[in-house]
Amino acid sequence: MTELERHSYDVVVIGAGGAGLRAAIEAREQGKKTAIICKSLFGKAHTVMAEGGCAAAMGNANSNDNWQVHYRDTMRGGKFLNNWRMAELHAQEAPDRVWELETYGALFDRTPDGRISQRNFGGHTYPRLAHVGDRTGLELIRTLQQKIVSLQQEDFEATGDYEANLKVYAECTITELLKDGDAISGAFGYWRESGRFILFEAPAVVLATGGVGKSFKVTSNSWEYTGDGHALAMRAGATLINMEFIQFHPTGMVWPPSVKGILVTESVRGDGGVLKNSEGKRFMFEYVPDVFRAQYAETEDEADRWYKDPDNNRRPPELLPRDEVARAINSEVKAGRGTPHGGVFLDVSSRLPAEEITRRLPSMHHQFKELADVDITAEPMEVGPTCHYVMGGVEVDPDTASSVVPGLFAAGEVAGGMHGSNRLGGNSLSDLLVFGRRAGMGAAMYVDGLGAARPKIDEADVDAAAADALAPFELEGGENPYTIHQELQQSMNDLVGIIRKEEEMEQALGRLSEFRSRIAKMTVEGHRQFNPGWHLALDLRNMLTVSECVAGAALMRQESRGGHTRDDFPGMNPEWRKKLLVCALDADGVVNVTEKEQIPMREDLLELFELDELKKYLTEEELPAT
Amino acid sequence: MSYTGKFRVWRGDSEGGELKDYEVEVNEGEVVLDVIHRLQATQTPDMAVRWNCKAGKCGSCSAEINGMPKLMCMCRMNTFAEDEVVTVTPMRTFPVIRDLVTDVSFNYQKAREVPAFKPPADLKPGEYRMQQQDVERSQEFRKCIECFLCQDTCHVIRDHEENKESFSGPRFLMRIAELDMHPLDAADRQHAAQEQHGLGFCNITKCCTEVCPEHIKITDNALIPMKERVVDRKYDPIVWLGNKIRRRPA
Repeated sequence: MTELERHSYDVVVIGAGGAGLRAAIEAREQGKKTAIICKSLFGKAHTVMAEGGCAAAMGNANSNDNWQVHYRDTMRGGKFLNNWRMAELHAQEAPDRVWELETYGALFDRTPDGRISQRNFGGHTYPRLAHVGDRTGLELIRTLQQKIVSLQQEDFEATGDYEANLKVYAECTITELLKDGDAISGAFGYWRESGRFILFEAPAVVLATGGVGKSFKVTSNSWEYTGDGHALAMRAGATLINMEFIQFHPTGMVWPPSVKGILVTESVRGDGGVLKNSEGKRFMFEYVPDVFRAQYAETEDEADRWYKDPDNNRRPPELLPRDEVARAINSEVKAGRGTPHGGVFLDVSSRLPAEEITRRLPSMHHQFKELADVDITAEPMEVGPTCHYVMGGVEVDPDTASSVVPGLFAAGEVAGGMHGSNRLGGNSLSDLLVFGRRAGMGAAMYVDGLGAARPKIDEADVDAAAADALAPFELEGGENPYTIHQELQQSMNDLVGIIRKEEEMEQALGRLSEFRSRIAKMTVEGHRQFNPGWHLALDLRNMLTVSECVAGAALMRQESRGGHTRDDFPGMNPEWRKKLLVCALDADGVVNVTEKEQIPMREDLLELFELDELKKYLTEEELPAT
Repeated sequence: MSYTGKFRVWRGDSEGGELKDYEVEVNEGEVVLDVIHRLQATQTPDMAVRWNCKAGKCGSCSAEINGMPKLMCMCRMNTFAEDEVVTVTPMRTFPVIRDLVTDVSFNYQKAREVPAFKPPADLKPGEYRMQQQDVERSQEFRKCIECFLCQDTCHVIRDHEENKESFSGPRFLMRIAELDMHPLDAADRQHAAQEQHGLGFCNITKCCTEVCPEHIKITDNALIPMKERVVDRKYDPIVWLGNKIRRRPA
């Protein structure tokens, strides 16, 4: 029998970013004994990187805003592929979730009358993003972290033990979910520090593990983003949807090489920054697609007037949804109009006074000064697309965040559906809060429904999980995981990147199957105590599974939509809008991709759109009768 | 543009260890963390190091570089001469786990001892009204990325293990100041700052401010004003008299 420490909980939350912490707060407030497990230290999760803000139709900056407008913007941003029920719940509940953060101690920037200030962002009709300068993610994670601490202080008052009902297991990685029959019974993992194994017996597991960016070479994501939750869910029998849709953020740093991919917030454009090519031209005016033409300015004069008078002018095309801007930059660079380091110029220095830039964009100013030796108040930045976000994820029930596996829930980036084919900036932080809370509630309700009949751990599964985790130590003379990881990232970047072609994706799938056999034979040096080589070896399995989903689904979807652009199928196809691509593992552990019909949008939600707009997205039969 | 850099990195664990010399490729535009990663990928796959965002936003990769507490991701290689030996050691104030990774649980313990934000009783969510200039003071402190470099450098605990119990360190004294200056916090924090968190230990040498990667003026804007608030209260003759009167037995 495997030597390990055992813990018993009602709800185990994997991931301590915004979604995980909000889920844990909810589960604990519903009276459930809850564990939070995170790969990093508490408070370091990737949510901290979110800069721009948290979208919520509070109507503080423009009283015309409401949830219906936010819903419409979200569906348009996702090119109508979104799960409409998730988009509806999200738009309706986001304001309450933001206001709730103030009761936890958050300090957002204010309007002159003392309410929460809201800023403009790509794809949002009105200024909608609650923010704190350009460090909103940090505010969110710290606020939730401090709320967790405050709940622990309550428990200390009541029981004398801070960790009686809510405990954080930091620097701990889950490698396998365990089941009893069809239902979740627990989770198995190891302490990163000691390499010792740990077992959680729990009937409900909430996945909140974030995204998959580390499968790509140029990414804004940190090392943690290895698709753990996506892969754990699949191995436990759950399904993933929309995996072909990867968001390439249009503005990542391109120089110096060591920071290539690090994010440059969209707020730079929201606050007046413009994109120019090497000829000094504001090229975005050439790239406004037909579906958005009515809402965007045609001249620089009109675009510039919009910042002061948004009611009587149309917005600048720099604020198109992210997929459009990323493709435009890609085209400019390919056409030979790029910057010396292969990006385009993003200029705010000629648009705002220096002190205004340092006040509104302090961390961008700091980041470029310290990392690139560039003063953004005096010269333009060089930027280019970077892998930023995966729209795809675990297929969940919108109201409870439950996957198809009883006891398995998912929220935040690891869940799929909410953002359709493309996420709007600012909709991620609000997604974390809305669906983090719903996952915590869903898990608590599920546990209540079980009563005393809790699923049991099968010791044989524990032994198997332990053997799998130790496998990389067993072989000698195999490859180094770092080498395989670099090649995997290069292949995904080159072959399943922003612009996709059939033959390249087939080539990618071929390489992925080679990686699979190489991963089975790799070797890890050293011992189990804080060994990054071993940690990477285990994460690599997840990155590979996720990459197979992305490439497989991308090959199958024969149209271009949002974060999926096919060179050989350049247009949107309403027939494909009706279809979801569902990834699951078959009995041999091979990724299978199958088509599934979307549930048609509810009639009252359909009525929120003009018929002319619906015609751009829906098939003839789907349109409402006139 | 590339050259072979000389690195000296502390390797070991809680039992002990030593500085080891490495020669490793350095390229234009790189930071110390890039070079540590290259060591991992090419020579020392088991070298332990904490990192996350690589953009100075998460505060994970704290270490001491040529003796100065710094984030490895924000320390550019072009700040050193090509033939200079770059020495990287773990933070000294915290126990070593392995190589560059230290046990920072002291900080999480102290965080827990600071009572949380106490919401005003009469306001519902959505009813909070605060002026920008009033929230800005606390917002400066909320820029903290919890890299714990200020804790590492603070001489009160750096070589004085015995002070750790009664001193929360600059990070958490600043957290108390942040809450005390929050326009709507309903709790009283000044007494506890002095009596339970050791504000009096701080003799304003400003080392914490100097190492803060977020350039927060910890000493000037948090610790000194907090000391003034405590002193005002403690030595105010009217407050003193009031306390005496209330304490008199009936």
